[in-house]
Amino acid sequence: MSLSDKDKAVVKALWSKIGSRTDEIGAEALGRMLAVYPQTKTYFAHWSDLSPGSAPVRKHGKTIMNGVDDCVTKIDDLVGGLAALSELHAFKLRIDPANFKIFAHNVIVVIGMLFPADFSPEVHVSVDKFFQNLALALAEKYR
Amino acid sequence: MVVWTEQERAFIQEIFGKLNYEEAGPKALSRVLIVYPWTQRYFGNFGNLYNAEAIINNPMVAAHGKVVLRGLERAMKNMDDIKNTYKELSVLHSEKLRVDPDNFKLLADCLTIVIAASMRNSFTPEKQAAWQKFLAVVVSALCRQYY
Repeated sequence: MSLSDKDKAVVKALWSKIGSRTDEIGAEALGRMLAVYPQTKTYFAHWSDLSPGSAPVRKHGKTIMNGVDDCVTKIDDLVGGLAALSELHAFKLRIDPANFKIFAHNVIVVIGMLFPADFSPEVHVSVDKFFQNLALALAEKYR
Repeated sequence: MVVWTEQERAFIQEIFGKLNYEEAGPKALSRVLIVYPWTQRYFGNFGNLYNAEAIINNPMVAAHGKVVLRGLERAMKNMDDIKNTYKELSVLHSEKLRVDPDNFKLLADCLTIVIAASMRNSFTPEKQAAWQKFLAVVVSALCRQYY
């Protein structure tokens, strides 16, 4: 389900609206993922506080979302653009790729909450496809 | 057996209390048909589903969205035995409608997003956790009679 030119345009247009709040979106999404899918907490056993809104959650949510923002600029070549991050996730972090989908779902919930008027079903489908392709590119180096 | 805390029960009641059934069901169903177009395979007799606008304005989609939500309400009213409450619905979906169970999760996710968009900040992470747990139980009950 590759990204059409329309999908790319839709994603870029949405990001121009939400871009200023992506730190907040990332923090919210990560907090929700840990609360709603407790199995994801296994990757963060080294953190002092895993509750939504805690300092490590906010900091790391921002880090992840900065990566996602970067993917929007690299939307024409996600596999190439994500090569280094894919190596990191494959060989060092070793996060099960099924979790990429879980994180994406929570980003989508937060975008829907914060920007309901901008997140119509047509925008939603392009964003869902974007995350699907992002996840695939991120998992590229796994095996 | 599913164990619900008092907090979870309260959250589910609250979310249903705030739901506009006339809107949420149709919005969730039209969203799943647009975002995951393969789900349209189950609605061959619904007429015009050619594009997003057609789906959103389709009266049969809207009517069916309300049916789905009323079905969910039954689960909410029988939270301690959703499994048995949904026995016939599960047989209906597997034997007659022949719906691939993966689709239940897609509709559940779209409903969650519709609710998040209407409740906004009051849809806290804790409420989302309770809500998604409820939907997971519902989906599991719907899948039970498949073999």
